[in-house]
Parts: sequence; C-alpha cells; structure tokens
Amino acid sequence: MTFGILALQGDVREHARSLHQLGCGTRPVRRREDLDGLKGLVLPGGESTTLSRLLVTAELFEPLAEAIAGGLPVMGTCAGMILLAARVVEDGEIVQFGAIDLLVRRNGYGAQASSFEGTVSLDGGSDLTRGGDDRQDEKMPAVFIRAPVIEEVGPGVEVVARLSDGQPVACRQKQALVASFHPELTTDLRFHRMFVALAEQS
Amino acid sequence: MDEFTNEQRTTGTFTVKRGLAEMLRGGVIMDVVDAEQARIAEEAGAVAVMALERVPADIRRDGGVARMSDPAMIEGIKAAVTIPVMAKARIGHFAEAQVLAALDVDFIDESEVLTPADEAHHIDKWPFEIPFVCGATNLGEALRRISEGAAMIRSKGEAGTGNIVEAVRHLRSILGDIRKITVADQAELFVWAKELRAPVTLIQEIAETGRLPVPLFCAGGIATPADASLVMQLGAEAVFVGSGIFKSSNPAQMARAVVEATAHFEDAGLVAKVSTGLGDAMPGQEIGTLGVHLADRGW
Repeated sequence: MTFGILALQGDVREHARSLHQLGCGTRPVRRREDLDGLKGLVLPGGESTTLSRLLVTAELFEPLAEAIAGGLPVMGTCAGMILLAARVVEDGEIVQFGAIDLLVRRNGYGAQASSFEGTVSLDGGSDLTRGGDDRQDEKMPAVFIRAPVIEEVGPGVEVVARLSDGQPVACRQKQALVASFHPELTTDLRFHRMFVALAEQS
Repeated sequence: MDEFTNEQRTTGTFTVKRGLAEMLRGGVIMDVVDAEQARIAEEAGAVAVMALERVPADIRRDGGVARMSDPAMIEGIKAAVTIPVMAKARIGHFAEAQVLAALDVDFIDESEVLTPADEAHHIDKWPFEIPFVCGATNLGEALRRISEGAAMIRSKGEAGTGNIVEAVRHLRSILGDIRKITVADQAELFVWAKELRAPVTLIQEIAETGRLPVPLFCAGGIATPADASLVMQLGAEAVFVGSGIFKSSNPAQMARAVVEATAHFEDAGLVAKVSTGLGDAMPGQEIGTLGVHLADRGW
C-alpha cells in the first residue's frame, strides 16, 4: 500500500518515517505522474505560500484537485491543513483544495516564540477516529509550530482532537483528515494510523 | 482554566525550535533590506526572509563595523510578510540577540557576516525561546554550535562573493566527516570527539543516525539556480541566498528560479528551463583576491 507525500517543500521525511513504521510504502510527489496509483496523499508541514506557488509552477494543483474531488484520501498537517481547508482568513496567495469545510487562520497562535508542545485530547466519536485503538481515552502529544487556528468548523465535519480549552485542532470530513499540529514530529503513530484506516475504508 | 491551559503548553523547547527549522527544509531563505524586497521574496515562494540593513556584498564593500539592524527596519519587514522573519546578531553579542527576541523575530542568525562582538565565546543559546541558526565550516564547529543550543546549522561559505567554492568545501567537509563517523567503531568515536573538539554524545548520535542532530542548510555564495541544485545534491536541506537575489539584474525572476531549482534540484531539465533568460547573476569575486574572509570568524 503506497502513500504519496507532496515533496515540494517541508517535513516530508518525518511523514515518510511515520508511515514506514506502520508498514506502508511512500512515494515523493513532485509531478503529475507521481499521483498514479496512490492509496492516499499527505500534504506535509512547510510554508503554505511556498507550497502554493510550487503547486502552480509544477502544474500539480489541477490534477491534485481532481484526484481529491474524485475521492483520493488526503491528510494535511499545519501548512497541509491550510491548503486543504475550504476557507482561509486573509488568504493572500494560498491555493485551496476545499477538501474540508473549515475556516482557518494562518499563524493564528502567533510568531515562533508562541510555538508550543502540549497534549491534545482525541475527541472523535466515529469508528474511524476510534480506529480500534485501545488507547483512545489517552491524551496525545502534539507540536504546534507557527500553527494555523481552526476558527470555524462546518456542518459535516467531525472534530478529531481538541486542546484542553476545547479548541478544535484536528478534524475529518469524508476522505480528508487534517491537524493544525505536527503528529509527524512525535513518535506517537495514532494520527497516521487513523489516516491509513481511512484510506483502507475508501 | 487558564492555569490548566498554560500547564498544557510549553514554549521554547528544543523540539519546537528545531521543528521550525524542519519546516523550512527544501526552501529558500532570502536576504532582504526593506519591505518591498520582502514582498518580492514572499511572492517568489521564499520560505523565510532574513531582514538586514545591507546584504553581505555591500557590507564587504563598505567595510567598518557591521551590527544588528535597526529595529524599525525589522518591524517594517515583519509587517509586510506572513512567512517567518529572521534577523542577524553579532557572534557573542547576546544583548543584540535579546533585542531581536524582544522584537519577536522567528529565528536569530548568530552571524559571521556581522563584526564579531566576542573573540572567544558564542552566545549561550539555550535560555532563548527563539531558535538560532549558526554558521559552520566543518563538523566540529557545527557540533560546538549545537551544544550551545543552535537549532539549525548552515555552511558559512564566503558571503557576498557570489562564489560557491567555499560553501561546497564546507558542505563536503561536514557531510564527509558524518559519513566516516557512521562506519567508525566505538573506540574511534572518542578520537573523533577529541579531534573535532566536540561532545562525544553528539558524535555517538551521528554514528547512530547518520545525520546532524539539526537540519543542515547551505549559505554563502549561492548566485544561480544551478548553484542551489548543486548544494542540494551535495546534501544541503535548504538554501540561504544573500546577495544573489537582489544584486542580480532581475531579482523577482531570479528569486522564482532559485525557489524552483531548490524544490526540483534533481530535475536538470527544470533547472535548465528556469535558468534560461535570467539576465546577469550578481558579479562574483575570486576568493584569493579577498581582503577579509568572513568564514574565519567563529570559534
């Protein structure tokens, strides 16, 4: 089972490591033909303005948007979540795949001095986000780097994880799973396991 | 509730500092001297900008003491872009670094491009919540900076020359020694630590992982898209371009070309395409003709 990781810029290696630990194969995606035959695609952390520009110049935006509309399972962390969200506050030059009905604000927690490590509570109510995981009730470690804030959650979107003040930080709608933090920077594999389960269902 | 929330969030950890460095991998960090240049860099796809009053080529030309930039200029650049903003402090000048932290920049470069403030000590970078990047010419220097708390290492190269030869020397030295350490036996690791004047624990970590404990970027002399491709193929994880963008004849186009060449560094056809019709790169200098070697600064 091979997953693609958008490899134009960002922390591609960490996502590959997490997926390899779950027994999945990975392939870097830099051009249109890299999309063929993927089980799912990861949009990693990085800079959303840079990724937006490179998606356009590599002529990847349209084929990727078509694949997502056609049901390709996608996971986005941090910058990846911004690209997958339906709406971005002051979007500037950001391309949007609209895979999940969220309003997000870039750098919503502030500059780097406000970046933080913490724990989030897994909050999903569905079979998928429980994922048969017997550690469901526990907290999950999470690393937030100049992270986007989820300001509005649309109807049909399931909140998967929250901060202790109740703020949603990970969500899922149909085949799209997103987090404002970086599960790939920790050794906890539950978030990637959720995505693999979602891809297997599809 | 607030107290509980705060308890759940820890800022300034090494994971958080190194995390930002990881997010910049595969990208281009551009030197900019005003808000207009910062916007050009962001639109071209830069992952971050380095705010400074004079690019290294001008510092080299002007001579004199080069210091931290005017806070008003850094604030102006911060207001102009949404990507991370870096700024430079002099080697050992922890008060300048404190000022940059107070300005809430995203990354501090303890840089040999500015005139050193201390001829023996670098900044103790651990107490800062903001991550630091430091230059290195070899693996020992890189590991000393990491042991002082640096969250990113860049080659020094020879800034402001448009000549890639020194950056190549530094990358080959750092990465070549890492490759040798991965095949060394346990007893040899202690000798490596002694010879590199570096902590043995970091040498042991490299022996296990085969990589530096923090991201390794390239700086110092990148002037063309092919230069970026070269250093990425040698093993750099991202590039800094100082004078190379805004001293070229067509900065916006050069900026876009270097961004694409860095992202697709293994695709020679694409590097050829973005290199076509670029106009003049910055004027370059032979290393042998230089009066001042910035890379010699740092201890």
